[in-house]
Amino acid sequence: MDYLNYLRQDKMPHIWCDGCGHGIILKSILRVVDQLGWEKNNIALVSGIGCSGRTPGYVDFNTLHTTHGRAISFATGLKLANPKLHVIVVSGDGDATAIGGNHFIHAARRNLDINLIVFNNNIYGMTGGQCSPTTKTTKKATTTPYGNPDSAFDISKLAEAAGASYVARSTTYHVAKLDKYIKDSFLTKGFSVVEAYSSCPTSYGKMNKETGKTGLQMLMYQKDNTVPLQKAQKMTQAQLEGKFITGVFVEKDKPDYTENYAKVIQTAKQQ
Amino acid sequence: MIIPNKNIKMMQGNIACAEAALAAGCNFFAGYPITPSSEIAEVLSKKLPIIGGNFIQMEDEIAAMGAVIGASLGGAKSLTATSGPGFSLKQENIGFAIMAETPTVIVNVQRGGPSTGLPTLSAQADVMQSRWGTHGDHSIIVICPSSVEETYYMTIKAFNLSEKYRTPVILLTDEIIGHLTEKIEIPDSSKLEIINRIKPDMNQKEYLPYKITDSLVPPMANFGEGYRYHVTGLAHDETGFPTNDPEKTTEMLMRLYNKIEKHRDDIVEVEEYNTDDMDTLIIAYGSTSRSAKRAIVNATKEGYKVGLLSLKTIWPFAEKEIENMAKKVDRIIVPEMNLGQIAHEVEWATRRAKPIIKINHINGEPITPNEILAYIKQGK
Ligand SMILES: Cc1ncc(C[n+]2csc(CCOP(=O)(O)OP(=O)(O)O)c2C)c(N)n1
Ligand code: SF4
Repeated sequence: MDYLNYLRQDKMPHIWCDGCGHGIILKSILRVVDQLGWEKNNIALVSGIGCSGRTPGYVDFNTLHTTHGRAISFATGLKLANPKLHVIVVSGDGDATAIGGNHFIHAARRNLDINLIVFNNNIYGMTGGQCSPTTKTTKKATTTPYGNPDSAFDISKLAEAAGASYVARSTTYHVAKLDKYIKDSFLTKGFSVVEAYSSCPTSYGKMNKETGKTGLQMLMYQKDNTVPLQKAQKMTQAQLEGKFITGVFVEKDKPDYTENYAKVIQTAKQQ
Repeated sequence: MIIPNKNIKMMQGNIACAEAALAAGCNFFAGYPITPSSEIAEVLSKKLPIIGGNFIQMEDEIAAMGAVIGASLGGAKSLTATSGPGFSLKQENIGFAIMAETPTVIVNVQRGGPSTGLPTLSAQADVMQSRWGTHGDHSIIVICPSSVEETYYMTIKAFNLSEKYRTPVILLTDEIIGHLTEKIEIPDSSKLEIINRIKPDMNQKEYLPYKITDSLVPPMANFGEGYRYHVTGLAHDETGFPTNDPEKTTEMLMRLYNKIEKHRDDIVEVEEYNTDDMDTLIIAYGSTSRSAKRAIVNATKEGYKVGLLSLKTIWPFAEKEIENMAKKVDRIIVPEMNLGQIAHEVEWATRRAKPIIKINHINGEPITPNEILAYIKQGK
């Protein structure tokens, strides 16, 4: 495939740093769109604010760069007003689960057919490396210079508990799986979440020794510390400490919001 | 008495707002319940599905504001309704709608504040929040009905102006008007003027979503219509893509400002009452102009010469109209349910050429005709 078909080439160079994982996820999205043969006119890519939030600006779809944390709510209005659009939301870990946490869980509960891809780099990249809801306890950020006293969210578990139709997690190292999960999520009716472990060498890598400092080292860190879900189920909590558990957590065929609302319309019209 | 061919009803202000939204072509509502605005949501939850429209109760007012903007980009005519606390929450996304030039209507049925304040009682204290609630320099259209019938027409006006000028419009009513039930003549829908956004007719390659046109309002494509463009709250150029260029940024922000300010004659609406022979002018808006009118009727009977300038739109401000009227009188009375938010603007518009008497309530109690009458009589 030719990625250039999908990129707004006049908007290059992009703002992402050398070694940033976000571009890997974008390529994965574009490969899936290409495989599915979706018409560019029928795709809306919606984001909030953050380095991840800049993704829509580079692709030749209908693109909407909203306010910090609120992308899902804009996407909700857009999808309802024009159901023929494939609505994809890309969001950072802070965007999706700190300021946008409320919209995230309610979108999963509502189960409207929107595809969310969370670029989880465990840090606030855009604003210079402050701690995020997925920064693990004791890890460093510019606002946790003595180590993070907070606990981290497991984004996939959160999505599962809130009711999403499809939830899966991969990393920017494991792109074949990432492609598969994104594709399956796009084909699932209802709200889907693909959590993609990304890396921010500029902030996270610089401050936290375990991952290494460069993009490549951080990718290798993902490779060495990933445990597939099936394997993880046989391991103890202690063995899983510091590991990325990847796999498909939820894959359900259940009525989505549109189906339920169609019934509302039917009932309303009969009365 | 039955008047043939006239659709006369008793109706509550909030319900008139919901009915008018439908008449204006509204097919999308997103909101979060809050007193004293909830009737608007309740009526639309019943009526929108019947016409195949969307009603959605969101998780909070921020989400509701995001949803109406998204819906507008998807081609819907969208509405949200709220009151003080919810209006505060919407502010960031209202700024987005201004910046991204997405038409939508926001109703704020005012209640007492700050904070949770007086949930069931009226106020007019969001005048300045409606003007400056979102950060950054901008212009805004705010409409302020004073009766149920006016709520109906002004809701339609709000939709029309939002579509015409590609901008969010705020309908600022208050608890008294929202919950007042009175007579209203529902107009024949075929007689209503309904304005819809201007769509682009050039091919997709030539389309500039934020082009500087003579009207200052560029045509708007809906997502999915073949014009793939970028929408952002960042400062952007004509293409819609972010820029930091000082000249382009100024150009864009000034166009957003001027598309409203330069069309103020098309937007600003005031109503005069008894202004031919007066020495005292009352300037009022919303529910308070009802009390002012009654006070004037009574004062006239007693021989006082008092006129009313009722502001139907409060932003852009009716500065020119007020300046002209002020020349004809030797004092101005401004009753309002806040500590003088409009009185301050009146002082500025008139350069304090005439004494301004303020009547202010902040405790939820309406300003009565008798109270205004007492001020009319003072010093005369
Ligand atoms: C209301 C609001 N608060 C704060 C900010 C500042 N801000 C911009 S991006 C960001 C965090 C971005 O982190 P994340 O969502 O994890 O995305 P990343 O940049 O790492 O991709 C913050 C706090 C903002 N733009 N708006
Ligand atoms: S700051 Fe981090 S997240 Fe942002 S572009 Fe650079 S590496 Fe990527």
